[in-house]
Amino acid sequence: MERVDIGKPILDRNERLAAENREAFARAGVFVLDLMASPGAGKTSTILATVAALRDRYRIAVIEGDIASKVDSEKVKAHGIPAVQINTGGACHLESEMIRRAAEALPLDELDLIIVENVGNLVCPTEFDLGEDAKVMILSVPEGHDKPYKYPNIFQISEAVVLNKYDTMGVFDFDEEEFRSVVRSLNPAAPVFAISATKGDGVEAWAEWLADRIESARSRAAAQG
Amino acid sequence: MHEMGITRGILEAAFEAAEERGATRIAEIRIRVGELTEIVEFALQFAFESLTPGTLAEGAKLAVEHVGARSRCGRCGTEFDHGRFDALCPECGNPFNEPVAGRELLITSIDIETPEGLADALEDPGPAAGAVAAGEE
Repeated sequence: MERVDIGKPILDRNERLAAENREAFARAGVFVLDLMASPGAGKTSTILATVAALRDRYRIAVIEGDIASKVDSEKVKAHGIPAVQINTGGACHLESEMIRRAAEALPLDELDLIIVENVGNLVCPTEFDLGEDAKVMILSVPEGHDKPYKYPNIFQISEAVVLNKYDTMGVFDFDEEEFRSVVRSLNPAAPVFAISATKGDGVEAWAEWLADRIESARSRAAAQG
Repeated sequence: MHEMGITRGILEAAFEAAEERGATRIAEIRIRVGELTEIVEFALQFAFESLTPGTLAEGAKLAVEHVGARSRCGRCGTEFDHGRFDALCPECGNPFNEPVAGRELLITSIDIETPEGLADALEDPGPAAGAVAAGEE
């Protein structure tokens, strides 16, 4: 019997491909947002609201990740936005290789922002780097304020938290103060944006945060030549 | 069940290292998993048992070493162990801390059998060694 030391990340291959994606996106000057949430939290509605807020300023495309179907990409395309559907065929998260293949179908040089809608899941997408510039999560009010206790990791790795379906606050027993305080203890730097994606309320502040992130990525890239 | 993808990652790395050395079998794979990752060991073992039959790692043991969460305070520099929800500095209460440990997801080592290794194992207490020893007496 021989012991062989390996000492490398288990997701080495995913991380290498993610680094290649990140380089390709940076070369093309595209900002990539990985949007994570449970099924039904309003990822596609939030994307459409975000697109509506930013489409005058940025050239946007969407990568839709789902286990099956083209429902979401068709919704996005109906708004005149290029969209690529990834069907994971059962996998509960996107991986960097899927993003690489999807990006090949997009005119990267003609884009400023790609929004990636990850597979609906609060657990699995957290471990996979896609080569994105920012990971952001959405929690919707009907899911309950206790979700950060149950799924802390996704709250810890997200740069911002969108609290969607804020207009239903009166209907559900959602303790906003407790929610915000747990999120703060898990991830003090992450802002929480309360929005109602389908009505447009609160979307502006969220879209401005995203625009700021895009601009600061650009000035960093410009500074590096 | 992203443990399936994680397990594929483990096996890819293990097979690569094993094949480089011409291994005939992988007996054990050791991994290190931090407490702050979203990995369920039960699901990992299940995926491992499902993916290994018919491969070099058929019947191998997957040994998981768990690593607790530890952070360094961004204000006073204290290093402290903590759980998933109480990452406040115990000295000054600062919540802005830098993780030191707990996010590991590493394959550390594997135990393999190689043809030479098997030959050594057979020869070691074998008759040839005994004959030489007898001849020297």
